[in-house]
Amino acid sequence: MFGFLIKRLLLLVPVFLAVSLIIFMIVRFVPGDPIDNLVQIGSTEEQKAELIASYGLDKPLPVQYGIWFAKMMQGDLGEAMILRRPVADLIAQNLPHSLILGSLALLFSTIVGVATGALAAIWRDSWLDRAVMTIILLGSTVPSFWLGLLMILLFAVQLGWFPVSGARSWSALVLPVLTIGIGGVALVARVTRAAMIEISRKDFVMMLHAKGVPPTEIQLKHVLRHALLPVVTILSLRIGWILGGAVTIEYVFARPGLGSLLITSLNQRDYPVVQGCLLMLAIAVILGTLIGDILQALMDPRLREGLN
Amino acid sequence: MDKDSALMRLLRTPRGAISAVVLGVIVIAAVLAPVIAPYGYAIQNLRLANMEPSAAHWLGTDEFGRDLLSRIIHGARTSLAVGVTSITISMVCGMALGAAAGYFGGAFDRAVTVVVDLSWSFPEILLALILIAILGPGLASTMIAISVAYLAQFTRLTRAQVMALKSETYIEATIAMGAGSGHVLFRHLLPNAITPVIVAGMLATGDAIILEATLGFFGLGAQPPTPSWGAMMSSGTAQIFIAPWIIIFPGLAIAITVIAINLFGDALIDALDIRKRLREN
Amino acid sequence: MALLSVSDISVSIGRLTPLDRIAFSIDPGEIVGVVGESGSGKSLTAMAVMGLLPLIGGKISGGSVHFAEFELTTLTEARYRALRGRRVALISQNPMTSLDPVRRVGEQIDQVSMMHLGLGKVEARARSVEMMQQLRIPEAKIVHGNYPHQLSGGMKQRIVIAMALVANPELIIADEPTTALDVTIQAQIIQIMTEMARARNVALMLITHDMGVVAQACDRVVVLYAGRVAEMNTVDAIFADPKHPYTKSLIGCIPVEGLPPGGLKGIAGNVPGVLNYPKGCRFHPRCTRAIARCGDEVPLLRASGAGTVACHLAEVSA
Repeated sequence: MFGFLIKRLLLLVPVFLAVSLIIFMIVRFVPGDPIDNLVQIGSTEEQKAELIASYGLDKPLPVQYGIWFAKMMQGDLGEAMILRRPVADLIAQNLPHSLILGSLALLFSTIVGVATGALAAIWRDSWLDRAVMTIILLGSTVPSFWLGLLMILLFAVQLGWFPVSGARSWSALVLPVLTIGIGGVALVARVTRAAMIEISRKDFVMMLHAKGVPPTEIQLKHVLRHALLPVVTILSLRIGWILGGAVTIEYVFARPGLGSLLITSLNQRDYPVVQGCLLMLAIAVILGTLIGDILQALMDPRLREGLN
Repeated sequence: MDKDSALMRLLRTPRGAISAVVLGVIVIAAVLAPVIAPYGYAIQNLRLANMEPSAAHWLGTDEFGRDLLSRIIHGARTSLAVGVTSITISMVCGMALGAAAGYFGGAFDRAVTVVVDLSWSFPEILLALILIAILGPGLASTMIAISVAYLAQFTRLTRAQVMALKSETYIEATIAMGAGSGHVLFRHLLPNAITPVIVAGMLATGDAIILEATLGFFGLGAQPPTPSWGAMMSSGTAQIFIAPWIIIFPGLAIAITVIAINLFGDALIDALDIRKRLREN
Repeated sequence: MALLSVSDISVSIGRLTPLDRIAFSIDPGEIVGVVGESGSGKSLTAMAVMGLLPLIGGKISGGSVHFAEFELTTLTEARYRALRGRRVALISQNPMTSLDPVRRVGEQIDQVSMMHLGLGKVEARARSVEMMQQLRIPEAKIVHGNYPHQLSGGMKQRIVIAMALVANPELIIADEPTTALDVTIQAQIIQIMTEMARARNVALMLITHDMGVVAQACDRVVVLYAGRVAEMNTVDAIFADPKHPYTKSLIGCIPVEGLPPGGLKGIAGNVPGVLNYPKGCRFHPRCTRAIARCGDEVPLLRASGAGTVACHLAEVSA
């Protein structure tokens, strides 16, 4: 297991380097002099010169990347142009909100998704199955931000059960989590259902029936156990999608967080903040994939050995 | 398999027929928007702002007193145009990349695979936002962003199809008989690989419409006064307490369009019997 | 008194009827071979006796199955379940896929005795290890904690056999237990299975397509062709004097010592699929001795010496 972990971590290094390179290049791709994209509005010539020196903008690109990367590794992500604060501070301030929202949404998607997918698979072709399939179809085709707006309309504006926006109380988390969750539930339920139906047809399941194991036990203890493998795979691959959902939904509910910060700074063309946010989101996606891989290896003895 | 018979099979299923009709109506509305729409999309009348749905304005009016129905019909143009254009670009580029990678293999294939796998694990919305960060907001950059966001999917799919076909006996025989790469690729591999890719493209168009709306909602897509479903909802959020229809109807338009596209694509998969080929990817 | 008696059962899946009035019986402790080419309905017969047809969307549409004191066709599912694994056990075709890949093999044996014999974890484990030792699994204690992918095919099949034997059943149905294994392992597995069955007085229904296996292991044999019983007799009698032309051809497929090159005879043609069973005797299109009557009239199973046979010609010659 330890060897497996090291191997997976080493594989992440080039991925991280590539991602950081792309994010670094964003400012360089933007038309115009990069310094104009980095400098705060109304800066003096000296400030500009200082910035050029600190970013090494007079040096060749690879060196510039080296400087940027070294600074980033020390937690220095530059200065926000509009807010005039270190980007690292802004991120530190917003990250916890996104983390809470993202992990709650993930938890909700997994638990509710696996449960509904399993029920639909066990009672295949029943009204329950059809209901779940319809929700899956809706959940994966309706734009999440619209769903969020409808939730606000119904539960916050009409019924007044939850706050319309913000992050001042825990109740403000309910609607955002539900909104991201519906898409997640649809995804997880679909994978769970399909995997359980496929696994039910395997020889070893027939063998369990031949051993006299009760069908409910077969479904819950054996078939579901196997179905969790593809669920973990898809969740680790799609963890980015759930984070992506969080980006959108934070903005809809006007919650603080990386997503809101990213979109606001995109609209304001505040490049250092954009870079910082994208970097954090990329790291989250990469870590999510890693955690998924580890979970899979823990659950499947074949995988554990194949990779050691 | 005969293409006509596949289409007929598709239309005979209730799912296929209904979704085809709905899609047909949406496409016609989009094409004929200036003729069909009861009002111009940009005609403001502040005295009629935030009006409830009525006989004169079936879906009500927005905060500038513009007719919502007309804006939604015109918005269909933007959404469909962006969705179809960007997915077509993405599909063509993805097919070229994927076919080349799958056919020639080697270092080129490895490089393509690495990049594709990398971008595959990032959600389309993040990829699109990175592109928008570089290109700046607007309709053109939205299209480019969406094209790039879906490139990995098509490259992957085409590559898998070409790889699978390449090892088939008749292709190997063609190569053994000394046919040139171009001949094999364009006369044999691509025509056989193209169907699943086009169906995948059809389904991706629905996602692209959602992505366009999301970017529009963030204010990063089509800029005013161009009507776009996403942007309409974005300006509607300010009126959520007094004129919720500004949010409800454009979203409904998106949902109906995307569901119709998905059902149609799904029925098409069954009619062409290519579910297995799509899943192998 | 037969332990298992299958009387004229037909099995239908949807509108198809792949098994047509199958009848045979097995006495306590007896080893009965069920032979036929693939597609003859051997595995379906096994599924029918195990009551597992609903899993593949099938059902017994006629006839009855008696096992010990039970009529299986009308037994409630809960009672049937109490029999499965406890009094009737299954050894399936492919040991590679019959074990749950993410559970330790030992636990999969333990599960049977915990469920059916009410043993605790520790006792069940001890029982499994003992069973494994009897099946000559080396280092049974260690293997008990292995996962299926860590074991060879032969080892896995021994685990499946242990699973079948551990609750002391009266009948074991072995569905082509060696087809998926290497030739060298096949003989070992057959030997160990028959040995165990004899030693514990367990009846064994051994499904195979290999007449050689039948000659080596069985007391009696049922020959199936295209969903019907062709012939049934003791092993000695059937090898000495096969009545049905199909049985004759099957025996002709066994390589024997001193056979001249090219002397091994196959059977021309294939078993017809369930969608296009021929009229009359289902073997007649492939039969070298078929007469006009064979194409029209279904031959009935009738007594012929110690056994039974369903062939118009056998009737004439008897």
